[in-house]
Amino acid sequence: MTVSSPPVKLGKPSENYLNWAYGIKSWLLTTDHKRIGILYLISITAFFALGGVAAGLVRLDLLTPQGDLLTNDNYNKAFTLHGVIMVFFFLIPSIPATMGNFFIPIMIGAKDLAFPRLNLASWYVYMIGGLFTLSVVVLGGVDTGWTFYTPYSSTYANTAVILAAVGIFTAGFSSIFTAINFLVTIHKMRAPGLTWFRLPLFVWAHYATSIIILLGTPVLAITLLLVGVERLFRIGIFDPALGGDPILFQHLFWFYSHPAVYIMVLPSMGIISELITAFSRRRIFGYKAIALSSLAIALLGFLVWGHHMFVSGQSVYAGLVFSILTYFVAIPSAIKVFNWTATLYKGTIIYKTPMLYAMGFIGLFTIGGLTGLFLGAAAVDVHVTDTYFVVAHFHYVMVGATIMAYLGGLHFWWPKMTGRMYNESWGISSAILIFIGFNLTFLPQFVMGYMGMPRRYHVYPEEFQIYHVASTAGSTIMAVGYLLPLIYLTMSLFVGKKAEDNPWGAAGLEWTTSSPPPHDNFAETPIVTEEAYAYPETKTAEVPSGA
Amino acid sequence: MAHKTAVVAPYFHDIDQQREVNALGMWAFLATEVMFFGGLFMAYVVYRFSYPEGFIEGSHELNLLLGSINTVILLVSSFTMAMAVHSAQTDAKRKLVMFLILTILLGTVFLGIKGVEYYEKFAHHLVPGPNFEFHGANGNHVQLFISLYFATTGLHAIHMIIGVGVLTYFLIKAIMGRYNSLNYDPVEMVGLYWHFVDIAWVFIFPLYYLIERYLTLG
Amino acid sequence: MEQEHGTHHIVPVRIYLMVFGALMVLAALTVGASFINLGVFNNLIALAIAVTKAGLIMAFFMHLKYSSRLTWIVAGVGFFWLIIFFVITLGDYMARGSIPGMLGPQSVYNPWLN
Repeated sequence: MTVSSPPVKLGKPSENYLNWAYGIKSWLLTTDHKRIGILYLISITAFFALGGVAAGLVRLDLLTPQGDLLTNDNYNKAFTLHGVIMVFFFLIPSIPATMGNFFIPIMIGAKDLAFPRLNLASWYVYMIGGLFTLSVVVLGGVDTGWTFYTPYSSTYANTAVILAAVGIFTAGFSSIFTAINFLVTIHKMRAPGLTWFRLPLFVWAHYATSIIILLGTPVLAITLLLVGVERLFRIGIFDPALGGDPILFQHLFWFYSHPAVYIMVLPSMGIISELITAFSRRRIFGYKAIALSSLAIALLGFLVWGHHMFVSGQSVYAGLVFSILTYFVAIPSAIKVFNWTATLYKGTIIYKTPMLYAMGFIGLFTIGGLTGLFLGAAAVDVHVTDTYFVVAHFHYVMVGATIMAYLGGLHFWWPKMTGRMYNESWGISSAILIFIGFNLTFLPQFVMGYMGMPRRYHVYPEEFQIYHVASTAGSTIMAVGYLLPLIYLTMSLFVGKKAEDNPWGAAGLEWTTSSPPPHDNFAETPIVTEEAYAYPETKTAEVPSGA
Repeated sequence: MAHKTAVVAPYFHDIDQQREVNALGMWAFLATEVMFFGGLFMAYVVYRFSYPEGFIEGSHELNLLLGSINTVILLVSSFTMAMAVHSAQTDAKRKLVMFLILTILLGTVFLGIKGVEYYEKFAHHLVPGPNFEFHGANGNHVQLFISLYFATTGLHAIHMIIGVGVLTYFLIKAIMGRYNSLNYDPVEMVGLYWHFVDIAWVFIFPLYYLIERYLTLG
Repeated sequence: MEQEHGTHHIVPVRIYLMVFGALMVLAALTVGASFINLGVFNNLIALAIAVTKAGLIMAFFMHLKYSSRLTWIVAGVGFFWLIIFFVITLGDYMARGSIPGMLGPQSVYNPWLN
């Protein structure tokens, strides 16, 4: 039974990173990785809301086959804005910039990241990039799709392409700064006794993610620069009239954008490892397999970009090679799913909100991943490419998996970050609502995509309307589901029960320090002597009394 | 000699950890720079493979003399940069200042010569875009070559400008006596950056200026 | 914790001078070699010289020779990744149109197809 007690200050309030200093300057000029994580949390939530509004416009317009709500051009702008914001300003930074920033130093027993000022700079750069992109909304929008294919984007579009490119270019640097910080920190600032194979898998996941960011993002940057230069100075290198190859753009674009999807999903897999172990009270099954599979995904993920280009005009042999390599990259992901499932076996399952999200992740990621295999077969892809089948596939992995993990992690670590417990019943209800809404939104899209409904069209044959209506209905339920955490998590800041150091009884260095943590993370540098997830191997493990 | 102490940030154990961390961070950043220029080299590789004649003709339009002089200038500047770091490591403040000034000067001269080359292109109607003129069958492909030339050397020049700016800032700090054998990290880090910019030119020069030059003889 | 000797190591000036000399010689060589018709070897030699120059700069001016293996990996990983990018993408262009009857619309023609 939960009794929410009003916040009580008994004498001198305990020192933590939140009350260590007050005032707007102490936040806007902070170099504390925890505060920067909170800054990111707020900005990312705002961008998620904006991207959600764009999605709402798209789904509303698709209720009728004639596309009554938006003009053709405005529809293009709506789905472009949705894609650009969700990919570059929500999904890519989401977990690393919030929970990664907050917890990686704590998980390795350090006082901060290697470059705290670079960390703050990354947030400002992100905000500047965001500002450029927001200005696009009021300065004519951009209608190229988030993929910016040439020659439309480089020659023919008369929308704010350059402004959007600048915004994304800038956000890319924010990403790179975070990656450099994580890589150096994880290599050089681990506490005594914390060997590589004792690290939490959350850290491994972010390590692999940082490698991808480091090596992939600059290629996107130069590609966007080239599109901008081609628009501004009309020096075409993607211009077919000069012998330029528009497919070269696609090679350059997807060389980053495919690994980008692993940037989005790897951190979420890191969270799932944390949640599965904590809420089944078991050591992870196959620790090394999961750790090394993260690295394998990082490497293999760079070799498969051409599976976005099967019908683009690239050579058929290239298509063959990319198709085979795509099947290889599925293997490490599958290894993780098997290991998580094996971890659950004979565990003591605790059905709290974070666990519900984790279980949702495993199911939805499996569906998303399997449908990716369909798309990876070149022969199948020829039929379903650029249909709603693709749209459903990537939403299953990006939303069904990544956002579920994001919310799961947010709930798991909410007591640690804020010192407050959220309302568990609200949490469970929202998780279920989101799960139902999500599946109602995207499951029909597999069917209609297979039946031929193209993506990025808002005028469509009548036979697809029933699917679109179901999809829109689902998206409404999902939207409500996303709004609820915004409400009850915010409320918990004021009326939530004060959290103990370790409300879940979970293993991990972050649970050995106070909730919220002190400014320097630990009273004294921890010395690590055991492996990660050192839960007792008893069958009847104790259920904690938290919440 | 002034009393010197190591300046170490509070979240590091000691100066060694700080130095390792700084070096690793700068190398990680340079890895991103390699990929950044790499995208341009990718475009080069594709179009050189597809249009060999156009690229040969385009290459012969570039000013080999100025390009070679610039190559030498950058190699010398790498030497002076390495000597600047050496001077900081050995508490030779005067030499540090001198070598920093030399590096900045050489970088500026490089940029000046680049400007002259660009002006030449402009004067010969070899700037890609609506005013491009090339008399020959492969005009379009030459324009592709020149587009990549401007994009790549332009990006390189921007990196040089940033480098010169940062070096100037560090020169001022050096004159103020901020660097010594315990605190020379910033000089070493900017040195790594400068050497990278030189390495970029080491690849740009033969790829753009030296395509089958024997065809221009007689 | 590994010791990063490179950050302490002070490279003697004569090594810098020798490296500088080598770089100048290589620069002259690469210009000269382009004026000799060596067929397919022209490209190879130009690349080999460029790689050698870059290697010298990285090893001595950038102190890689005196640095840890981790630094070597970070220094090299970008080039390695680029090579992967070049090889696979060039593979696409080299194979364009190689299946008879499947040319398709393209503005870049494979020079290996007559």
